[in-house]
Amino acid sequence: MFQHDRLNNEITLFQKLKNLDYILLISVVLLSVLSVFVMYSTDGGEILFHTKNHFVKLVVFFPLMIFVAFLNIKFWHNLSYIIYFIVILLLIYVSFFGIKSSGSQRWMDLYLFVLQPSELMKIAVIMCLAKYYHRLKIENVNSFTSILIVLSIILIPIIFVISQPDLGTSILIALSGLIILWLGGVKIKYFIYSFIIFLISLPFIISFLKPYQKLRILTFLDPDRDPLGAGYQIIQSKIAIGSGGLDGKGFLKGTQSYLDFLPEKHTDFIFTLFSEEFGFIGSVGLLILYSIIIFRIVRIGAISRSNFARLFCFGYAFAIFIYIVVNLSMVLGLLPIVGSPLPIMSYGGSSMLATMIGFGIVLSAKINHKQIIA
Amino acid sequence: MIKSNSGIRKTDVINRRMFIIATAKALVFVGIVARLFSLQINENKKYLTLSDKNRIREWKLPPTRGNIVDYFGNVIAGNLKVYQLHIIPEQVENFNYLLVRLKNLLNLSDKKIAKINKLKSELKPWDSIIVSENLSWSQFVKINNYLYDLVGVKPVMTISRNYPFNEVYTHVLGYVSQPNEQEILDNQTIQERFVPGMKIGKLGLEKRLENLLIGTNAIQRYEVNAYGKRINQLEHQKGEQGSKIRLTVDTEIQKACGELLNEKAGSISVMDIYTGDIIAMYSSPSYNPNLFLFGISQDEWQLIRNNPLKPLINKTLSGLYSPGSTIKPIVALSALENKVIDTKFKVKCTGKMELYGQTFHCWKEKGHGWVSLKNAMKQSCDTYFYEIARLLGVDRLNITAEKFGLGKKVLGDYFDNEKKGLFPNTKWKKNNLGKGWVLGETLLTGIGQGYIQTTPLQLCMMTAQIANGGYAVKPKIIVDSNPISYEDAKQSMESGLSFDTVSEKLLDKKLFKNQQNIKIVQEAMFASTNERFGTSYKSRIDDPKYQFAGKTGTAQVKRISKRERELDLELEQIPYKDRDHALYIAYGPYINPRYALSIIIEHGGSGSKAAAPIAKKLFKLIIDRHDLRNEQSNFERITV
Repeated sequence: MFQHDRLNNEITLFQKLKNLDYILLISVVLLSVLSVFVMYSTDGGEILFHTKNHFVKLVVFFPLMIFVAFLNIKFWHNLSYIIYFIVILLLIYVSFFGIKSSGSQRWMDLYLFVLQPSELMKIAVIMCLAKYYHRLKIENVNSFTSILIVLSIILIPIIFVISQPDLGTSILIALSGLIILWLGGVKIKYFIYSFIIFLISLPFIISFLKPYQKLRILTFLDPDRDPLGAGYQIIQSKIAIGSGGLDGKGFLKGTQSYLDFLPEKHTDFIFTLFSEEFGFIGSVGLLILYSIIIFRIVRIGAISRSNFARLFCFGYAFAIFIYIVVNLSMVLGLLPIVGSPLPIMSYGGSSMLATMIGFGIVLSAKINHKQIIA
Repeated sequence: MIKSNSGIRKTDVINRRMFIIATAKALVFVGIVARLFSLQINENKKYLTLSDKNRIREWKLPPTRGNIVDYFGNVIAGNLKVYQLHIIPEQVENFNYLLVRLKNLLNLSDKKIAKINKLKSELKPWDSIIVSENLSWSQFVKINNYLYDLVGVKPVMTISRNYPFNEVYTHVLGYVSQPNEQEILDNQTIQERFVPGMKIGKLGLEKRLENLLIGTNAIQRYEVNAYGKRINQLEHQKGEQGSKIRLTVDTEIQKACGELLNEKAGSISVMDIYTGDIIAMYSSPSYNPNLFLFGISQDEWQLIRNNPLKPLINKTLSGLYSPGSTIKPIVALSALENKVIDTKFKVKCTGKMELYGQTFHCWKEKGHGWVSLKNAMKQSCDTYFYEIARLLGVDRLNITAEKFGLGKKVLGDYFDNEKKGLFPNTKWKKNNLGKGWVLGETLLTGIGQGYIQTTPLQLCMMTAQIANGGYAVKPKIIVDSNPISYEDAKQSMESGLSFDTVSEKLLDKKLFKNQQNIKIVQEAMFASTNERFGTSYKSRIDDPKYQFAGKTGTAQVKRISKRERELDLELEQIPYKDRDHALYIAYGPYINPRYALSIIIEHGGSGSKAAAPIAKKLFKLIIDRHDLRNEQSNFERITV
């Protein structure tokens, strides 16, 4: 067994390349290329600010992903707590010295680009909990102390993120964390009880929401109550998607986006533009591409020998899935508007950085899938 | 081993729970695809419409009004290219500088500059401001020369109403101008097609025929962005010009009427005695309707409004005058029809007639001696007509007069300013003045004075109906879709019956009991113009081609006092306001008559001196144009 262990530690660069998951890699490349074209369309068919920046970020972060992939999964396992801790410190830093923009304080200026630590926390929380459950004995999973610890791991970053305020990212961090608890074996009845308690306390939670957040919920329930104000975004988004039809209006021909009817078309509403121009066929195609990515990540998790890799892959696959679902449900009018980007497609450096690091760790798990972590 | 054992168990838990999640994920993705399907496939049409509604804005352009042409097809109300100057504020770099430049180039007033600034603050930056609605060609050229320095200025060519004959048709056509709020609300069609800057008919036929003339809007579709700014022009939907309306009038004759009435207050009407076509209808003085198109200046408006000859009044239709002696053919006819007199009946005129202590004067102080109908008409002897009016009574006279169209609107609904006038009877006086009828009033009515009031067009129609042998005509000014030729009209009229298309009944057109009586009146009118001592003998034309028959009239506008009668002042010595109205009615040619006319010159003095000579000049032109007019009416014959 020890021999085996040692063998895996010494795989060559050639073997690493051979072990890369090419289907996942090609899918990510495809998605990246597609995202550049869509960004080009949001700029009105010209290579302007958003297209350039998005492209540059892809060029920088894609090699970073490969670099992350070539480091052993064991290394990432060892670093998990430290990474989590560093991101917590960044969140604390941001809450004091962060850059303010449109009423919230989420960013820090790194000279080269502006970092949003809460995006990194989406990955860090998965890593941290994956390591915790990897090390936890199965008998202790449902013990009071362990439950208390994992809940703290989830809640501490959320307190910082929600006070920025950023409800969308908080929810995504919470869901990413909870899925690890689920996978780790926390009793189903606890989930059910918590859900019931959540439903009962929902009115109290709502009463703590900020006025604009309450407005978003009201608008979600009835977008037509203020079609030019709060309901404008969702109405215009639905019009754009609905008018796309079966095969779309054609690349660069989306009138809703071209004529500025779409709000936030570079970021949260990027799917709206895509769907308007490429229609139902294009949208389903994009969903299939995302499904392939998720399926590949799950498959890598399934063949991983270590529970850390397995938990990370399953958790990360779920996180990607949740980002997509929350974003699409939002633009399709199925959920209230909460800020949440579409992975890779949306403009935004931190989100892309976090996503690429995530893919990198998954690829590392694939390369080192036989690695056993003590 | 224990570690590895528990590790396997943990892996099982993870895998089992992953399977549950994977199933949930698949279900959620199916749900999202279903939502996409419902939006993009099921409700595609709805959202496509909404998307088009978002991006497409329609701009209505003012419709092009239909032309109005005279009987010969000459445009009398048309459309003209005009040059306008627009500013598009968002394209202007320095608005104040631009205004200073324009002020110098076009001599704009400070008031106008203030108005432009006000408009700029009210309108959206991409809406154009109309600086000048009607630039002269030289101004337009000037602007185009300096265009490099006038960023944001747009010279525009557009279409505007135009009346090529200026004042000639004002009282027939009216004019167009910008509507007020009430006018837009009152007319559904205007409401639907209204565009700022559009003009509507304010008066006359322009107003009456608004819905036919107005035309449909051209529509320009633009793609706009979320802020309402125009991005692309998508399509241009052409509007349809309003209907072309052909009138019965003859511009040559109408123009001649204007020249003959030059600087006088009065009216001339000319009518086809068979078809009822109004050949000319001129009220003098007139004014230039083109002045109203771009807003009349205060000075010009005051000039028109304060003119003592009252150009704003359409004297042909709303001027009410005592007919004076022009009523005598009807009085004579009524007396003949009621067998009160015959051609041999004579009255001795001594220059005045006494009745219950009141003296009724004949215009000829010395009297006419013994006069028969023909001589009385010829010399317009008042005493004779006092006597036959007395024998006839006002009620019988009223019946005949109303038959011939007095006291009723001639053109019905076509002009809302047309007045119906008044032909009194005993019942009317009792009902309206609350007093009984006095015989003296009958005498006055017999010479066309007193309560009686007529419009010039009524007198023209009355004359036409005597001229055509005593048949009812239906006067009209618009050539309808089933026009009837001159010969057909004459034939149908002389059959005495006509088929009325509206009521689908055969109508009796005969206005007489015995046509011989009409003939007698016609002969008397002939004598009045063509026999020595006739009141309009001096205005006669001997050539039978143009020879006409007529009757003069001189209507008092105030009671003549005894002193004034003795003074017998010349016209120039009497104040303008107190001078008599001069009237003349006539028809011709005497053999095979075709046209009737009525002339009135306000305060013109005597009918024989002021009005009849005009008829002489006019008849030559009218008759000369008859063949030309006939050529225009070669309509398809309608076979019954």
